[in-house]
Amino acid sequence: MESFLQIQNNERLARADIPHLPFFQFRNEMLAFAKDGAQVVQFFAYEEEGSMKMLAVMRTDKLYVAGCDAPEDDKFPALTAESEKFHMFEREIGEQYGLKAEGHPWLKMVRYHKNYTGKKDVFDNDYSQDIPGNYPYFTVDGETVHEVAVGPVHAGIIEPGHFRFQCCGERVFHLEIQLGYQHRGVEKLFESVPFKRLPIIAETIAGDTTIGHNLCQAQAIESLADLKVDEGASIVRTIALEMERIANHIGDLGALSLDVAFNPPAAYFGRIRGEYLNLSQILGGNRFGRGLVRPGGVTHIMGDEQRQLLSEKLAELTPEVEHVNDLIFSAPSVMARFDDTGTVPYENAEKIGLVGYAGRACGLSYDARVSFPTECYADLPANSNARTDGDVCSRATVRREEIMHSTAIINTLLEKKVDAASYIPPEVNLAPDSFVVSVNEAWRGEVSHCILTDGNGDILRYKVKDPSFHNWTGLALSLRDTGISDFPLCNKSFNLSYCGFDI
Amino acid sequence: MLKVIKNRIEQGHRTSKYPKEPIDLYKRFRGMPKVEQNCPPELVQRCADACPQECIDVDSRQIDLGRCVFCGLCETLSEGQFVKFSTNFEMGTANRDDLFTHGDLPALAEHSKKHFKKLFGRSLQLRQISAAGCNACEADTNVLNTPFFDLQRFGIQFVASPRHADGIHVTGPISENMRQATITTWESVPAPKVVIASGACAISGGPFHGSPEIVGDLNKLIPVDLYIPGCPPHPLTTLHALLNYFK
Repeated sequence: MESFLQIQNNERLARADIPHLPFFQFRNEMLAFAKDGAQVVQFFAYEEEGSMKMLAVMRTDKLYVAGCDAPEDDKFPALTAESEKFHMFEREIGEQYGLKAEGHPWLKMVRYHKNYTGKKDVFDNDYSQDIPGNYPYFTVDGETVHEVAVGPVHAGIIEPGHFRFQCCGERVFHLEIQLGYQHRGVEKLFESVPFKRLPIIAETIAGDTTIGHNLCQAQAIESLADLKVDEGASIVRTIALEMERIANHIGDLGALSLDVAFNPPAAYFGRIRGEYLNLSQILGGNRFGRGLVRPGGVTHIMGDEQRQLLSEKLAELTPEVEHVNDLIFSAPSVMARFDDTGTVPYENAEKIGLVGYAGRACGLSYDARVSFPTECYADLPANSNARTDGDVCSRATVRREEIMHSTAIINTLLEKKVDAASYIPPEVNLAPDSFVVSVNEAWRGEVSHCILTDGNGDILRYKVKDPSFHNWTGLALSLRDTGISDFPLCNKSFNLSYCGFDI
Repeated sequence: MLKVIKNRIEQGHRTSKYPKEPIDLYKRFRGMPKVEQNCPPELVQRCADACPQECIDVDSRQIDLGRCVFCGLCETLSEGQFVKFSTNFEMGTANRDDLFTHGDLPALAEHSKKHFKKLFGRSLQLRQISAAGCNACEADTNVLNTPFFDLQRFGIQFVASPRHADGIHVTGPISENMRQATITTWESVPAPKVVIASGACAISGGPFHGSPEIVGDLNKLIPVDLYIPGCPPHPLTTLHALLNYFK
């Protein structure tokens, strides 16, 4: 790791200061680093003046960056052959820029679209054909083996994706998840549309992570454009992010209860989740926090009136939430289904780099709010997790703990009676030839945006990573040797984003 | 068991009385925009230039609610002199053109197709298709099934199979990768059937307009009967539109 440069979250760097290594040194150092326990935050390709380059951001308890020129013949020996931590990233590099990771054990398309360079397609796909093109799904042979295919259109009001189970009776050998149905070309839009559209697109990368993604973008732009955010705005942003976390966790705990046929908590939490969305509406006029966070601050001031409304409503809701949680977690019929279901062992979780509550439920304590704090997090207490067995029960328990932790954070911040400055849309000029990476702990886990600018201060490359990019593999692994009827339960315990992954 | 009863008592009865009684949303909620006709033209131009969705027409001073994401920037910039967002959430329309507005939409109930009222007024089964929707439209549609809104008391249900449905409710800008699945699902619904475009994405491509990876407008694929604007539409916007169009 000796050549990688240690950086801060949201630190602006001149791109010339990023170590530019020969490819094999870049590769070897990343592999050595990964072997020592580091995880990949960003690893992507980009094109500049006709030449292909790569860039990686790794994390331990610190962040590190380095780049390299891509090998000239558009292929390179896959890092994944030696460390699983790179598997999705290398597939994505192949899909986006036509650089082939040779020796990758499962070099499959990620989202199913043409590459950006016009190079020969790594997967030999003809994109006038429907997804999955010429990709043969993984199959298991055997007299008693059968296949179950679900989606892309599902039975509920949820996003599309395709799931293939290889089963023996009710037992799942293997689950293959094919996404890409939600691909909207977000990264390319960021690089080509007028600047004014950026926050609107960031807010819709994943609707349930509106604040998480938009905050990453706002911080990255603030860093590149030298914008300062006042304390009052930081408080509003932190509260909004925690409110998003609570609403989603509550909704999911209700849905988990429904999936084991215990209906009362599902009805109660279904409604209570809406109450938290309404609190976001009090903050910024939208239930998902849209239109609230913008580069330079927040668009709405949280005054005494809003503080009082939030405090009163939280005081009313918190005991209700505790009681309904107690109802779920003390019901033997619920616990019998949650316990030891869909377990991902720590070793596997570490290998595939699970993040967020899915990672913490396996004993990977990483929380970006603690490791790389932004906004108000440096001054706020961290959470700890009592149960880390990697099963559905652990994931549910972590969420229960996080609801209470986030509530405490919001109450602490509401007592700081600092108003944000009133919002005036700032003049934004991005620094030329610069780099920034932004990392935040959104409700599902680590969200990261990375921006490279060119000599004119225009965006050369915009990279988005949703926590689901890591965690979908975790869901697939959790189904191994599990009854297929436990799929809804495992799925909801992860509750991953389709559009966040598909971008 | 005792805990179930205690929780039941604590939770009480929470279903809203809407539409029999009006609901007041918090004043910051951005619903139907009201356009001030006497505003100086420079200010209109400034708002139109700054609008991230480019949905303000300078000459007619109309806002395209089919593209607007209700971000509120025009209200901020004009300090309410050009546009003010009201808390009125009743914004569904039966025609795409009606969504170009100064803030005065035609009454939806009078513009719905009569045979739909007769066919589906007492029972409406919808199949939801998320076609690259970001999950906000989906979440705020799903919430209609929670006790506060309790959609089923109106005889409206979201069903699992298109074969069981009277129509489709589409969210998202329809990615190229969902084009075929959207058409196939629509074809699987027995006629006569209704098509609802929900949210800025399904109506106009929304935040993703211009991307080569999306279709961007449901009307390009399938003729739309009912438009529900918003990013996402508030659950009450959807509820109002469904009740007025079909009841």
